[in-house]
Amino acid sequence: MAEDLTGSITERDEFIVTKGKNKKQLKCDTDSSAGCVSQRACVYCGARVVLNPITDAIHLVHGPIGCATYTWDIRGSLSSGAELYRNSFSTDLKEQDIIFGGAKKLSAAIDGLVEKYQAKLVFVYSTCIVGVIGDDLEAICSAASRRHNIEVIPVESSGFIGNKSAGYRAAGDALLRLIKPSESAVIEKNNSINYLGDFNLAGEAWIIHNYLRQMGVELNVTFTGDSHYTALKSAPKAKLNIIQCAGSMIYLAGKMEELYQIPYIQISFLGIEDTAASLRNIAAALGEESMIVKAEELIAKETARVDSIIKGYRAKLEGKKAAIFVGGGFKAISLIKQFREIGIDVVMIGTQTGRKEEYEIMNELVDDGTVILDDANPAELERFMMEKGANLLVGGVKERPLAYKLGIAFIDHNHDRKHPLSGFEGAVNFAEEVYSTVCSPVWKSLNALGMESGVANHG
Amino acid sequence: MAEKNKENIFFRNVNENPCNMCMPMGGILALKGIEQSMVIVHGSQGCSTYMRRHIAEHFNEPVDVGSSSLNEKGTIYGGEKNLRQALDNIRKVYHPALIGIVTTCLAETIGEDIERITGQYLIDNEMEEFPIVTASTPGYGGSHFEGYFFTLKRILMQLTEAAEKNNKINIIIPNISPADIREIKRMLALMQIEYVLYPDFSDTLDRPFAKPYTKMSNGGTKITEIRSMGGAAATIQMGITIEDGISPGKYLEEEFGVPLYNIAIPMGVESTDAFINTLVEITGKKVPESIKQERGRLLDGMIDSHKYNFQGRSVIFGEPEMVYGVTKICAENGVFPAVVATGSQIGKFNQLVTAAVAECPEESKILIETDFSHILAASKEGKVNIAIGPSDGRYLTEKGDIPLVRLGFPIHDRVGGQRLLSVGYTGTMMLLDRITNTLLENKYKSYRSSMYEEFYQQG
Repeated sequence: MAEDLTGSITERDEFIVTKGKNKKQLKCDTDSSAGCVSQRACVYCGARVVLNPITDAIHLVHGPIGCATYTWDIRGSLSSGAELYRNSFSTDLKEQDIIFGGAKKLSAAIDGLVEKYQAKLVFVYSTCIVGVIGDDLEAICSAASRRHNIEVIPVESSGFIGNKSAGYRAAGDALLRLIKPSESAVIEKNNSINYLGDFNLAGEAWIIHNYLRQMGVELNVTFTGDSHYTALKSAPKAKLNIIQCAGSMIYLAGKMEELYQIPYIQISFLGIEDTAASLRNIAAALGEESMIVKAEELIAKETARVDSIIKGYRAKLEGKKAAIFVGGGFKAISLIKQFREIGIDVVMIGTQTGRKEEYEIMNELVDDGTVILDDANPAELERFMMEKGANLLVGGVKERPLAYKLGIAFIDHNHDRKHPLSGFEGAVNFAEEVYSTVCSPVWKSLNALGMESGVANHG
Repeated sequence: MAEKNKENIFFRNVNENPCNMCMPMGGILALKGIEQSMVIVHGSQGCSTYMRRHIAEHFNEPVDVGSSSLNEKGTIYGGEKNLRQALDNIRKVYHPALIGIVTTCLAETIGEDIERITGQYLIDNEMEEFPIVTASTPGYGGSHFEGYFFTLKRILMQLTEAAEKNNKINIIIPNISPADIREIKRMLALMQIEYVLYPDFSDTLDRPFAKPYTKMSNGGTKITEIRSMGGAAATIQMGITIEDGISPGKYLEEEFGVPLYNIAIPMGVESTDAFINTLVEITGKKVPESIKQERGRLLDGMIDSHKYNFQGRSVIFGEPEMVYGVTKICAENGVFPAVVATGSQIGKFNQLVTAAVAECPEESKILIETDFSHILAASKEGKVNIAIGPSDGRYLTEKGDIPLVRLGFPIHDRVGGQRLLSVGYTGTMMLLDRITNTLLENKYKSYRSSMYEEFYQQG
């Protein structure tokens, strides 16, 4: 047995760099390696998380039951109106359907749901086996669309056709079909903007909407947090697109620029620094003097309100070290700056689906010695958090127990959280959450157990 | 009476908010109860990630599960390369003593022969003695409940050998909580009975905090014990609802002549008595005084709460075996099981539940292979005032204003799913208190206003 069982997986080497140490380019945006226990989900997941916040749509999963079960109400996305999106519909394919095809069942499922819920819009998500057994989703959906005179849009999201990013693209294509005006329609531009890449997990889209309103900026539609059929249809009218979650929305934004001449800018509402800069950039992009003035007023007012609160937390947190492993690159970049605001250095940073350009920005922002990694697994997260002496980890549900088992604090930056992390309100919530976990008295008890090497790294 | 046939017309085509998960999920849970084992899910990346997320959320434990990360190429040309790579990597990082491979709908649909692939892998690596257990668990083949028992059977089929007769009793347990497993072990210890408990995830999915962290947790049924289960004096299988085809206990009986005692989960007086009496019958041991006292305390508590319980009309849902156990507790205590439901497709279920509720003053509604839209409708019709089952039952609270006692798997919106104790005399008392107090809380919440509306306003 001449095998290397020392624990290092050489094919992962290219996905990990340490700033200042190696000059090599980080590899990213490719398939996960088999057996590496990737934290990533699949194409279907990517599509579902982007589209699911559309509140008045029927989200029908064409596949076996698991895909629908595991994603029922997946995002905590809030709605100001319809609640239809909070259901998980599935064709629940069984063995017979795999053998004889699921087309008939799918048609009947659409018919039954449309009749029951009187919806104007249906998304039909394809899952792994649908891609294999070859049900003609396009034909089934367009037939159903004609039958009911509503939009029935296929989402090409078979799990194996790429990674989560491919799902973002599939969602983008579905959205492009939805917003496409009929051929005879004339697009009348107005002065409004579209807000892309906010899923309104805990009212974030509403917070931003309020800011824009105070600046005199008209928000046309959010993609896709708290959005609905009619609002999305009006998307081509906007003058400008602003993108928060670039990972999921940059493809759509590019296409909208090409098709509807809507330019886009990337913004971020995570942290005070980014929020203020974003508001300024939006005002500048729209070019109206009154907006620029109002933006400054808003920033001054809000900054004054939250500054002392943030400073209070900063005093408690100064010098702690953070590890970050989140879904997208945009979020990771903002988090580096946001941690800096509360006196914390980032010692490890990685994402599930970050893009090359995003990793380059991360590399610029972090200090020498910071580990940067793409598509990490629990073994790597554990190793680098320990090596770098991280005091806390930011991540999702799967990462949380790992951090806790290591005796490290944890911040939920995931679908499940119930408090907003955007804007000035979000910056306060974030600082408070970091404080609540890093400075919790529970860590003292770990040391009190008197374990030999059990000194948790929370000095 | 079972409603399955009447509902087929709509139900066949669409599942509206699933009440079950898919087969590989059960396979993972079963394998997590084997000492130093790792699981590889053969399929696209998302399956393993979603299931890890679900399990991690319930148990609040890191759940490392590999994936063969099938991509488009693997789907077209076969996944052998990916699976072999996954085996290499899992062995390098985790050094497991056993690897379980469960399939997904994708792997099954493209016809992967995992037994041949793993057999060849072992030969090529000159490690024929290493246990790799394969279980074919297509997502369209059944629910996680069937996946769980089928995988347990597959492990026995591949590991258990003809062994010399011993005095141990095989205890085969369903998907109950780690706290439940520990309670059963405590009762066995009190009875001074030697046993092999299978599978045992009481430590692996609920491990104590300790430093340093190890990737593989201690605990689990030992592989040597599994090998010798064929020599046991008897098997007690807490799996009264499961079909013979997936019954690990049945397999041991047929293959090695180990007498099988198929009993319900020891929940409630009658079922716990059955467990104790079976142990007495097999071993001839006496029931210790302490267990008798626990039983007496349960009876005492049942009297304390019986009048409150009589006002309960419950909907019970989840995995068939757990649902059956809860139905017994409800029926014994005067809580009328108005709706008894499972998402799984288990032939015996209807008959068993019908017998369990035979003495109830009204007829219960039994739903098989159902979903939450049907459970909600039946609950409203049955004037249900308490729901008992996993977290997804919050849908019944949200849509039907029915308070939920969380029990079973998964519990993802509360902490402590792994710590819920509901078996044995002591656990039954704790569960019954949760049920009674939920009924009381709900009554106290509204009796002032309901009395006022009913009598004062009329007068």
